[in-house]
Amino acid sequence: MQDLAILLWPAPKSPPLPIWTFRKGSAKRSAMTVQTPNSFRNQPDERGHFGQFGGRYVAETLMPLILDLEQEYRKAKADPAFQAEFDDLLEHYVGRPSPLYFAPRLTEELGGAQVWFKRDELNHTGAHKINNCIGQILLAMRMGKTRIIAETGAGQHGVATATVCARFGLPCVIFMGATDVERQKPNVFRMKLLGAEVVPVTAGAGTLKDAMNEALRDWVANVHNTFYIIGTAAGPHPYPELVRDFQSVIGKEARAQMLSRIGRLPDLLVAAIGGGSNAIGLFHPFLDDASVKMLGVEAAGHGLDKEHAASLAGGRPGILHGNKTYLLQDEDGQITEGHSISAGLDYPGIGPEHSWLKEIGRVDYTSVTDVEALDGFQLLCRTEGIIPALEPAHAIAAVKKIAPTMGKDQIILANLCGRGDKDIFSVAEHLGVSL
Amino acid sequence: MTRLSSAFAKGRPALVTFVTGGDPTPDATASILDALVEGGADVIELGMPFTDPMADGPAIQLANLRSLGAGTKTADILRIATEFRARHPEVPLVLMGYANPMTIRGSEWFAAECVKAGVDGVICVDIPPEEDPELGPALRAAGVSLIRLATPTTDAARLPAVLDGSSGFLYYVSVAGITGMQQAAQASIDEAVARIKASATIPVAVGFGVRTPEQAGAIAKVADGVVVGSAFIDLVEKHGADAAGPIKELTAALAAAVHSARREIA
Ligand SMILES: Cc1ncc(COP(=O)(O)O)c(C=O)c1O
Repeated sequence: MQDLAILLWPAPKSPPLPIWTFRKGSAKRSAMTVQTPNSFRNQPDERGHFGQFGGRYVAETLMPLILDLEQEYRKAKADPAFQAEFDDLLEHYVGRPSPLYFAPRLTEELGGAQVWFKRDELNHTGAHKINNCIGQILLAMRMGKTRIIAETGAGQHGVATATVCARFGLPCVIFMGATDVERQKPNVFRMKLLGAEVVPVTAGAGTLKDAMNEALRDWVANVHNTFYIIGTAAGPHPYPELVRDFQSVIGKEARAQMLSRIGRLPDLLVAAIGGGSNAIGLFHPFLDDASVKMLGVEAAGHGLDKEHAASLAGGRPGILHGNKTYLLQDEDGQITEGHSISAGLDYPGIGPEHSWLKEIGRVDYTSVTDVEALDGFQLLCRTEGIIPALEPAHAIAAVKKIAPTMGKDQIILANLCGRGDKDIFSVAEHLGVSL
Repeated sequence: MTRLSSAFAKGRPALVTFVTGGDPTPDATASILDALVEGGADVIELGMPFTDPMADGPAIQLANLRSLGAGTKTADILRIATEFRARHPEVPLVLMGYANPMTIRGSEWFAAECVKAGVDGVICVDIPPEEDPELGPALRAAGVSLIRLATPTTDAARLPAVLDGSSGFLYYVSVAGITGMQQAAQASIDEAVARIKASATIPVAVGFGVRTPEQAGAIAKVADGVVVGSAFIDLVEKHGADAAGPIKELTAALAAAVHSARREIA
């Protein structure tokens, strides 16, 4: 397959701009007077801001802890022993590096750009979430914390957190919206098997945002001994930065793998976005490679004019869960409920670095509907023998639209950030099959 | 003298009371606020409802949802404040809530609306000193007090930053936790208030977990003010639009205990 890819790619040269169908953002961008920075990779500033986004909007009770965490993270980042332990666990426990895979039958079916996948669905626990959990639990232990809490939507982050807690012998409490407990039963059982306590949250619509509120409430009451492992690149500084750094293993590996396999960088990166951790993990190491375009894919749910979870497409800047970022909200700043077929994308906000990357125009963002994602899900099953999670199925649906508009000598690299085992029940239901 | 500083200069500790605006309905709030004033409250905190009250326990979470469920808008809260000011020209009124509803139209807009509505101060739960530019400058420029929170985790090194730029009073949250939980041990409150008052030039009010006249009286022995919230919210939950009577009764009992507490620290 590798050979085919090399055949399709003539010679390393500066590729023409892909004329894909999602150029709306660029028109807006040229009208804006945003200065292009020297590097896109040196955010946030020392106050945790990505341009106007990010920050530390937390209750005073949490503020000293957030400052401690930042200090400890700076020390850990500079400590070779910390990095060595992180790398060792990723290699021998998670199973990294994950493969870089050229998808020949999908490429052929779409009839345009070559489609490659970063196979993070092959990680231990079945998604990219574990990369971040390993990093954060090492930090928690460095800080002497003895109890771990986390929020979860699809349950993947909950499972990954419960996993690292079992691995290191720390008690673990997972907050999960009651609606999600219902639609992600296999993961609830997994977490319990791993020894975690799962607390169903009934406030609001009982989804990810409510689980995050409840985790923050627990944290405020237990700051002395508790570490909050946030599951996406959002929340108060330094979380967006440290989650990004831990997830950047995805992009670092992919970049090196591309160069060693075919001697060039991809033309376009594609990743699904809930809070944005798998996307920023793939994108960040490529941000200063000017030839590499990037596309984040939000969940358009029933459609952007109906219920959806596309904060960049349908929201505006506001403050929630410790950071300023694009949020789904009404004119009074009340947060509205997101909707997506994918519990992992069902969040009314997005990590602050994505808000910045959108405003500055470095990354393009689009959205795909529930129906399109289901279609992408089946497409990958049928053409490549890979059952994806519903989250990356959104990225696949976007690839399906874009690849045919690009040349056969061009390369798309999409993040296959999770496997679909957890989703087969809900997919069966949507396809009218009873199991 | 501002309305807020007068409230703390009556030669006795002040009773500060909190209810969520628009709970159970926007129209029911006026009579609840009047009951607080008639019962003897010195400062009124009017909660701005928010969909995601991260620092609140179940009682105030539900109050927020009841209010929003009844259709309460920011415009309703400002109208409730404006009408309160017309009825009670001397009683200080403080808006308390979360950053997003306060800043969504811009901090200048919010500060100007506060002035128009006769609001004396603002407590914003999720804007710590580190994010002061988000709201602080606009409020100070408009002459509206920014009332900050100090907590058991606010150590001596942080306290100056918390006090810097705040005015009206300092709200000491006596428990590391959410609203409606158990009260902190009296001894820890005494110690913290003494420590804070050593560096604060503004009055210090203590809240979170205070429900009974006995608790309030004990705190009033050391603090300049005592804040009671969830106990009133419970009455609104129980009595709905007819909550004014029971609220006035509870306020009177709390006020008697707070106002008569002998102060041991000047
Ligand atoms: C497989 C998978 N992909 C993506 C996401 C969305 O999160 P993020 O945008 O942080 O990658 C989730 C969240 O649960 C997930 O489980």
